Amino acid sequence: MPSSNPRARHFPPPMSSTSLSPEGEEVAEEEQVVTPWEVSAKQGGKIDYGKLIDQFGCQRLDQSLIDRVQRLTNRHPHVFLRRGVFFAHRDFTDILDAYERGDKFYLYTGRGPSSEALHLGHLVPFMFTKYLQDAFKVPLVIQLTDDEKCMWKNLSVEESQRLARENAKDLIACGFDISRTFIFCDFDYVGGAFYKNMVRVAKCVTYNKVVGIFGFTGEDHIGKVSFPPVQAVPSFPSSFPHLFSGRENLRCLIPCAIDQDPYFRMTRDVAPRIGYSKPSLIESTFFPALQINKYAFSGGQDTTEKQRKFGANLEVDIPIKYLEFFLDDDAELEQIRREYGAGHLLTGEVKRRVIEVLTELVERHRRARAAVTDEMVDAFMAVRPLPNMFS
Amino acid sequence: MGYSKDQLIARLKELQIDFDQYEHPVVLTVEEQARYVGHLDGALSKNLFLKDKKSRFYIVSALSNTKVDMKILSQRLGLGKGGLRMAPEEALGEMLQVPRGCVTPFALVNESARSVSLLLDQGLKTQGHCFFHPLSNDVTISLNARDLDKFLNSIGKPPAYVDLEANPPVGKDQPPDLAAFVPSDATILPDNLEKTASSVAPEKNHISADIKSKVVTDKPNKPPNGPKKEKSTDAPAVSASFSDPEKFVEEILEKTSRVVLSEIKGEAIKQHGDQLGSVVSNSIRRQLTAELKNIATIFKNTAYTEGFHASNHQQPKRS
Repeated sequence: MPSSNPRARHFPPPMSSTSLSPEGEEVAEEEQVVTPWEVSAKQGGKIDYGKLIDQFGCQRLDQSLIDRVQRLTNRHPHVFLRRGVFFAHRDFTDILDAYERGDKFYLYTGRGPSSEALHLGHLVPFMFTKYLQDAFKVPLVIQLTDDEKCMWKNLSVEESQRLARENAKDLIACGFDISRTFIFCDFDYVGGAFYKNMVRVAKCVTYNKVVGIFGFTGEDHIGKVSFPPVQAVPSFPSSFPHLFSGRENLRCLIPCAIDQDPYFRMTRDVAPRIGYSKPSLIESTFFPALQINKYAFSGGQDTTEKQRKFGANLEVDIPIKYLEFFLDDDAELEQIRREYGAGHLLTGEVKRRVIEVLTELVERHRRARAAVTDEMVDAFMAVRPLPNMFS
Repeated sequence: MGYSKDQLIARLKELQIDFDQYEHPVVLTVEEQARYVGHLDGALSKNLFLKDKKSRFYIVSALSNTKVDMKILSQRLGLGKGGLRMAPEEALGEMLQVPRGCVTPFALVNESARSVSLLLDQGLKTQGHCFFHPLSNDVTISLNARDLDKFLNSIGKPPAYVDLEANPPVGKDQPPDLAAFVPSDATILPDNLEKTASSVAPEKNHISADIKSKVVTDKPNKPPNGPKKEKSTDAPAVSASFSDPEKFVEEILEKTSRVVLSEIKGEAIKQHGDQLGSVVSNSIRRQLTAELKNIATIFKNTAYTEGFHASNHQQPKRS
């Protein structure tokens, strides 16, 4: 899955729209930019997610949908749903309709393995995916795009494979159920039915189209140009005959960050043309720290992260944002918001609570990470049937 | 006090690690060691104790004939060209608590070596047996890399093997490939949050300390009544919890008891009276559900993995 790091080197600058000012002159307005390789708000402000939904043409995940999820899964909706972290979708309703009829689905998510330790921000989609797996009791495929990193980051094949395995350990530590999870690396798995689908997809996407989506130029090597189908085809169950043979109509749900939306539009566009159902998407906002601050998360040897400062005017919003993401107790969050707003709670005290919450998360992850052996990674990656993946 | 070689040996036996032990006069170099064990089946290791400019420490453990270029290693770690040098002798005693000539991955069992980063030569994996010192240089133990891994996992230092002879380019678009091995001696949380927390609430400094501490290394006596620390993150007890049903249950009961005991107090009894039962019951659910589900999943994954491994090594039935 493409990360939110810039991938395309040369991409035409976003078109700025013009509008008429009250005086009747044309005024150029800077749009916010959200693409898989660039995210920036209007004039350094906040991202307008409502506008993004309109711009992309996806749908809002409203309260009625959240209530429906609660009814269908018989459990408290995940904190990311309640707080609007996952806030948009494409055809999630279809998934729920099918589920209600007794037709299950499978989850697909992925990661481009990098040498960085996984940050809390990177783990957000995986934490949510784990919740979806547990709540709906469905299988999950996780794609590690070691080939992508090899090509874009110019790593050796062996190094990208090694990083993929290291990153796999952090992902496993998120708590996926091994009896319904298949993790695979492109270098190991591409071939057979998977490759056949890649070719089917590739035939439907012109060179001009990928240039438009990814901003390739004549200087980019052909590996990059032919890569997109690799990440499209895990959306199709026939790519995994050892898991889903006989279930060609199984739907796919992809949890991802909203900057991936343009990317999956390509997949959804191609799907019906090759006789497959479109994958559904459930999309999240950005982790607030991702652009401002990073901190190491994996156990064992940690990377010393360069931490950029918050800036001269410390935005107190940020600690509250962390709590919005990770403090499960709605009542407590409300109380903190209230008391802080009324001036009864100091910034420092809010930060203290943030540290408590994050420490607990980090310690839990460390412990889980320490329990992941190489053999466990092998087991998660073994091409094997998952007989109880829907029970 | 650091671990003694006998304590380490006992630990290895406890973990059911397969190893052979050879005693010989004290040796200070690989060449000397070779004189006594070189004829045996196995590969000698050389172990370097290194330090960077920010006083972070590394053990590089490699086959004795693997070429280790400090300049290249330094670059691959992201420390620049001359960022690594041999650690001073005092550090050997202070951090690793081993004598001269005795650098060994096993030194990581010591609490004092908590933040030392370990780089293992992938060549070690290619050998049937490798020779290491077990904390003293009048003994050599011989074991397979898999067993070394078992030990390292048990002390919360998951092993990572590296091609030490590789020389990948490091530049603007090629990040240092071994950057992940640089130990983080600082907090793992955003600087500002950490600093403010410790200035605002001095009595909560133990939180900062907790943040700084990595997974706790093993203590010689496994506590029979559950972990000693408030936040139980005792690494070996952890890995045992995930594969041993008895320890697993013990951990669950310990956590539950702690919640029960913290809830049943004078004021709570007065406040809730007969309802105290359901209040405590709800507390247990609220506080423990997520955590217990998580460790149960790890337990399941561990059991599945053991089965998977066993199946792969299954011998065909005799007909």
